Amino acid sequence: MKIADRVERVPPSGIRRFFELATEAEDVISLGVGEPDFATPWSAREAAIASLERGRTSYTSNRGLPELRDAIARREREKRDLSYDPDEETLVTAGASEAIDLAFRALVDPGDRVAIAQPSYVCYPPGAIFAGGEVLDVPTRAAEDFTLTYEALEASGGADAAVLVLCYPNNPTGATMSESELAPIAEFCREHDLAVISDEIYADLTYDREHASIATLPGMRERTIVINGFSKAYAMTGLRLGYALAPPEASAAMTRVHQYAMLSAPTTAQHAAIDALRNCEEDVREMRAQYDRRRQFVLARFAEMGIECFEATGAFYVFPEVPGGDSETFAEALLEEAGVAAVPGSVFGEGGAGHLRVSYATGLADLREALDRIEAFLD
Amino acid sequence: MPVNEREREEVLELLGENARYSIADLARFTDLSEEEIEAAIEELEDSGAIRGYQAIVDPSRVGTEQVRARVELNVTLDRETGYEDIARRLAGFSEVQSLRLVSGDYDFALDIEADSMDRVSRFVSEKVARLPEITQTVTHYVMDTYKDRGIEMGEGSDDDRLSVSP
Repeated sequence: MKIADRVERVPPSGIRRFFELATEAEDVISLGVGEPDFATPWSAREAAIASLERGRTSYTSNRGLPELRDAIARREREKRDLSYDPDEETLVTAGASEAIDLAFRALVDPGDRVAIAQPSYVCYPPGAIFAGGEVLDVPTRAAEDFTLTYEALEASGGADAAVLVLCYPNNPTGATMSESELAPIAEFCREHDLAVISDEIYADLTYDREHASIATLPGMRERTIVINGFSKAYAMTGLRLGYALAPPEASAAMTRVHQYAMLSAPTTAQHAAIDALRNCEEDVREMRAQYDRRRQFVLARFAEMGIECFEATGAFYVFPEVPGGDSETFAEALLEEAGVAAVPGSVFGEGGAGHLRVSYATGLADLREALDRIEAFLD
Repeated sequence: MPVNEREREEVLELLGENARYSIADLARFTDLSEEEIEAAIEELEDSGAIRGYQAIVDPSRVGTEQVRARVELNVTLDRETGYEDIARRLAGFSEVQSLRLVSGDYDFALDIEADSMDRVSRFVSEKVARLPEITQTVTHYVMDTYKDRGIEMGEGSDDDRLSVSP
């Protein structure tokens, strides 16, 4: 069977090879996990069970249960000043991953350039390519705490791009961008007429500051698709539930693709999500407090070891520099000799080379042991 | 070294979560130095805010013969005797592990611990019920413990996440 070119063009994720190495090794503590270590808050799980008991297992409307869309719109308005109509501008999807794919398919024509701030989560370049787009790497640098700058966008040829993908708080770096740091990016997008796909899946996991969304900046709402979901803040990864907030035309376009490709997001997960929004705010706060504590612990430990690591303020990652500068060699040696798995930064794009993604979505006892092992390994 | 309100609260929250965090770790978790952490703990202990530290034990895993009971007490008050007076007399007994004044159908809730059912019964009938202010006692023996002070006693769930994921 002949496989389509645009699929053939995309290599398997570099993370895959590392996953296999880590699975083969014994007595490994993994700091390589990109999902919460907490279970979904019990109240939301219980609501999912209750919905199954009541036989709520049919399709929902394409956009998702109205009650859920209302609750999403209310929370985003109250918490992040993002005002979207629950019926015309809100779409519930099978994970934020689906929302990202829909956004590419709704916005990208064959040959369109998609500017992606790198290093970044591994799904954006393939998503853009599957939609027929051409990827334009825009580097972010440790010297600027991995924030995207106007200059980097300009120098990479961003002016010719149709779409810019932003992910802040960022996977893999843990970087966040403040309103004042986003303002020049917004200006660039207005000047050169770029649409923005803003993946804000880690918005609730922002420490020491409030999350800022580029969609709240002047002239940006009409050119931005905001993507979020329940996986990270509510520890609901396996329930696969996300959403997209977008102006009516873009939302309708995404809904059209979703209608044919997915029909509706998982119904059980939608019931869990309604409960999560209603009853689990305290759980979110508590999990964030735990992550924040671990973040400070990990940063303090790297500082004690003399490892360069900028102060990540979001998600559940820190992105230390690797001694010697070769992240793949270092990560493999760390795995084999010290029994600690962490993902080499190069997996997340060129800009990630020389760094290691260290996830602190791991209990404190394991985290402490893993850092002790890293320290011993470095000696 | 003076300790401010926020620092006290932060330390208290961390110790409430795990009283065995080391001073070094407490300093890493916060933006406080080890000296500041020590000063905060000392102040919390000296002021009586922290009354003690105990392990939370799953009784089913230590083969203990200890028997626990929850006792509900109704009391009558008079001009000379208030709740505090009765509480003081009850709290003195080493069998009484916790003692709370509660709203509802009864006045005091006691958690009792002794090394046999007979000892618990005798303690309630001979020491508690005989106090003149006490009008009624209802004793519930604890049959199993599933969660204590926020800690679940079950096996917990395995970490079934992929060891490496994007």
